[in-house]
Amino acid sequence: MTTTPLPDGGAVGEPTDGKARPTAFLDVRDLRVHFPTDDGLVKSVDGLSFQLEKGRTLGIVGESGSGKSVTSLGIMGLHTVGQYGRRKARISGEIWLDGTELMSADPEKVRRLRGREMAMIFQDPLSAMHPYFTVGAQIVEAYRVHHDVDKKTARKRAVELLDRVGIPQPDRRVDDYPHQFSGGMRQRAMIAMALVNNPNLLIADEPTTALDVTVQAQILDLIRDLQKEFGSAVVIITHDLGVVAELADDILVMYGGRCVERGPAERVFRAPQHPYTWGLLGSMPRIDREQTERLIPVKGSPPSLINVPSGCAFNPRCPYADVPKGGVTRTERPELRPVPGTEAGRPHHSACHLAPEERTRIWTEEIAPKL
Amino acid sequence: MTIPAQPAPEATEPLLKVEGLVKHFPIVKGLLRRQTGAVRAVDGLDFDVRAGETLGVVGESGCGKSTMGRLITRLLEPTAGKIEFEGRDITHLGVAGMRPMRRDVQMIFQDPYSSLNPRHTVGTIVGAPFRLQGITPEGGVKKEVQRLLELVGLNPEHYNRYPHEFSGGQRQRIGIARALALKPRLVVADEPVSALDVSIQAQVVNLLDDLQEELGLTYVIIAHDLSVIRHVSDRIAVMYLGKIVELADRTSLYERPMHPYTTALLSAVPVPDPGRRVKRERILLKGDVPSPISPPAGCRFHTRCWKATEVCRTDEPRLLAPRAGHQVACHHPENAPGTPEPVTEGAGA
Repeated sequence: MTTTPLPDGGAVGEPTDGKARPTAFLDVRDLRVHFPTDDGLVKSVDGLSFQLEKGRTLGIVGESGSGKSVTSLGIMGLHTVGQYGRRKARISGEIWLDGTELMSADPEKVRRLRGREMAMIFQDPLSAMHPYFTVGAQIVEAYRVHHDVDKKTARKRAVELLDRVGIPQPDRRVDDYPHQFSGGMRQRAMIAMALVNNPNLLIADEPTTALDVTVQAQILDLIRDLQKEFGSAVVIITHDLGVVAELADDILVMYGGRCVERGPAERVFRAPQHPYTWGLLGSMPRIDREQTERLIPVKGSPPSLINVPSGCAFNPRCPYADVPKGGVTRTERPELRPVPGTEAGRPHHSACHLAPEERTRIWTEEIAPKL
Repeated sequence: MTIPAQPAPEATEPLLKVEGLVKHFPIVKGLLRRQTGAVRAVDGLDFDVRAGETLGVVGESGCGKSTMGRLITRLLEPTAGKIEFEGRDITHLGVAGMRPMRRDVQMIFQDPYSSLNPRHTVGTIVGAPFRLQGITPEGGVKKEVQRLLELVGLNPEHYNRYPHEFSGGQRQRIGIARALALKPRLVVADEPVSALDVSIQAQVVNLLDDLQEELGLTYVIIAHDLSVIRHVSDRIAVMYLGKIVELADRTSLYERPMHPYTTALLSAVPVPDPGRRVKRERILLKGDVPSPISPPAGCRFHTRCWKATEVCRTDEPRLLAPRAGHQVACHHPENAPGTPEPVTEGAGA
C-alpha cells in the first residue's frame, strides 16, 4: 500500500461536518492541542493550519515552547497513546493525509498508517532507540509490523537501508547495539528505520540539534538526497533558521502555539512580514555576512502557554506594538492574512496588525540594513 | 567583541600563558583498578590570553575544549604542562593556594539549570563568593548583590527568589552575576549561550559584550557554534582531538583559514539564506571524530582530511605561524603566505 487510502468500510475519511476533501497531500486544519494541568490549560498548539505536497519540504521554526514538537506528535497521532493519552490531551481540528482524515479515524487504522505512510525522526536517537535490541532488530521490527515477510527478507531490507544512509559495513553493523554507534551514525540508523517502509510523509523533529556541525551537514545532505529519491513530503522542525534555509521550500514560523508567518523560504528570509521573524533574524550572528557590532535581540521571554497574552501573543515583546494600527485594539487577535501581491501560486501569509506597507517599510529601512 | 584601548598586545605580558598543557583521564579496569589506557582529552596546548581580549575556542564535541576551560580555571589538575596567570605559576597550586586566585579567574557554565543550587535563593547564590572569600563589600553583601543583579539586567527585588522562578536566559544572567561578584580579571565561559533560545542568546551575547567594555574583562569563550564564536571573539583557537590546529585573529581565520579542518567546519555551518545553498560549495567530512583514547598517529586529522599525504600519517605537524599572528598545525596549509596579506583588524598581531 503506497498511496491508496485504507479500504475503510465507513465513516473513516469522511469529514464530520461535510467539509470538502482536500487537494493537498497533507492538510492540517485548525489543529489545537491543549493539555489540562493543575495550573491551568496549556494551549500548546492553538489553531494551526498548513498544507504540504509530496516532494516538498516544510520547515517549522520556533523557540522552545512554541508548539512545534506538539504539532508533529499531533500529526502522528501520538497524543492519544501512552503517557500523553493518560494525561488526556485535548485535540481538535482536522488532519488529512492523502485524502484520509486521521483525527476522526479509528485509532487502529491510524496505527497502521503510522510508520508506513508517515514516519518520524526524533531529536535524540539514543533515547528513541531501545538500548536492549540491536539496531538491525529494531529496523526489522519496524518493517515486519507493516509487511508480511520473513525475518531474513526483513534483515536484508535493514542492511540495504543502513547502506543507503551511509553506515559503513552495514552487514556487520546491523548487529550492533545503539550504544556502539556514534551520534551521527545513530541518527543515520534512525533515518533508516523511518524510511524502511517508504513513507510518504516524513517528520523530522530537530534531527540535527544533538549533532556537531560537520555531522549535521552530512545528515542534512542525506535528508535532501533521500527526499529527491523517495519523493516524500518532509516536515522539518527546528529552532535553527540556518537548518531550515538549507532544506525547506516553505517555512512556517510558530510563536505561542500559533503560526505568525508562513510562506516560501526565499520570501520569508528576504522579505519577512512579522516582527517576530525580524527578531529571530536579528538575533542570529551570521557567518555569511560582514561582522556586525551588535546583535538585535528580542526583548523579554517567550510567553507562558497558560497565559498567552490576549490579542497578538508577541505583543508584549514587539517593538512595534505602539505603532497605531487604524483602530485595532491590543486585545484583538491578528489573523493570518496573505501579504498583498503574493496571493497567486505559493502565497505568503502573516498574522500582524501592522499595515502591509508599514511592514515593508520597517523591514527595508530599519531592519534589513542592520543585519 | 570590542577592541580594548590598550597598548599593542605584544608589549604587555599576557594575562594567561599556557604551555604544553596536557590532561589525560585514566581508564581503569578490574579489581585492582589497574590503568589500561587514558582518554587524551587535552594533549599539548600552547596559547596566550592577552588582557582585555576575547579568545574564542571552538571545536566539535570531544575535542577537549571544555577540559581546557576547566584546566585553566584549575577545576581540574593538569597531567603535564604549565599555566601562568599574570606571570605566576598556578599549575599545581592546592585549594588553599588557589583561593586568592579565584577572585581573578571565574567561570560561567553551560547549563543554567544544573549550575545553580535549587535550594538557595538568588541572593545566596550571587553572594556566595563574598562569603567564601571572607570579603564584605562596601555597603554590605545585600546591596552589592542587588547592584550585580541590576548590572546583568535582572530586577534587584528578585533577591529572595529561587532559581526555578526564572527562565533559562535569566538563570544564565544569575550565573554571570555570580561570576562577576569578585571583579575577576579573567572569565572563562563554557558554552554560555548554547542552552538558550535564539532570541535569548542574542540578549546574553550583548550582555557579555557590554560587561567586557564596562569592566575591562578578559574572556575565554568556549563554544561549538562558529557564528557565535566569530561574533564574540578577537582571536580564535580551533581544537581537534585535544590539540589546537589553528589559532588566529578573527578576520584572518574566517576569511583565510589555513587548516583544512577549519575550512571544513566553516563550510558546514548552515547559513540562513535559501539562495546560498545552491551556490555554496561544501566540504563534507567523512565519518566521525576518532576516539581520543587512541588518536591517529601523525596529524590527528589525517583520517578525515582530503589533503593528507604520507607525511601526515607519520609526522605530527607543529603549531607554526606561516603568517604573522596566524598559527596553524598542518603540513599542507591553505591560503599559505606568498599570497597577499589580508587587512587584519582587532587584536591580531
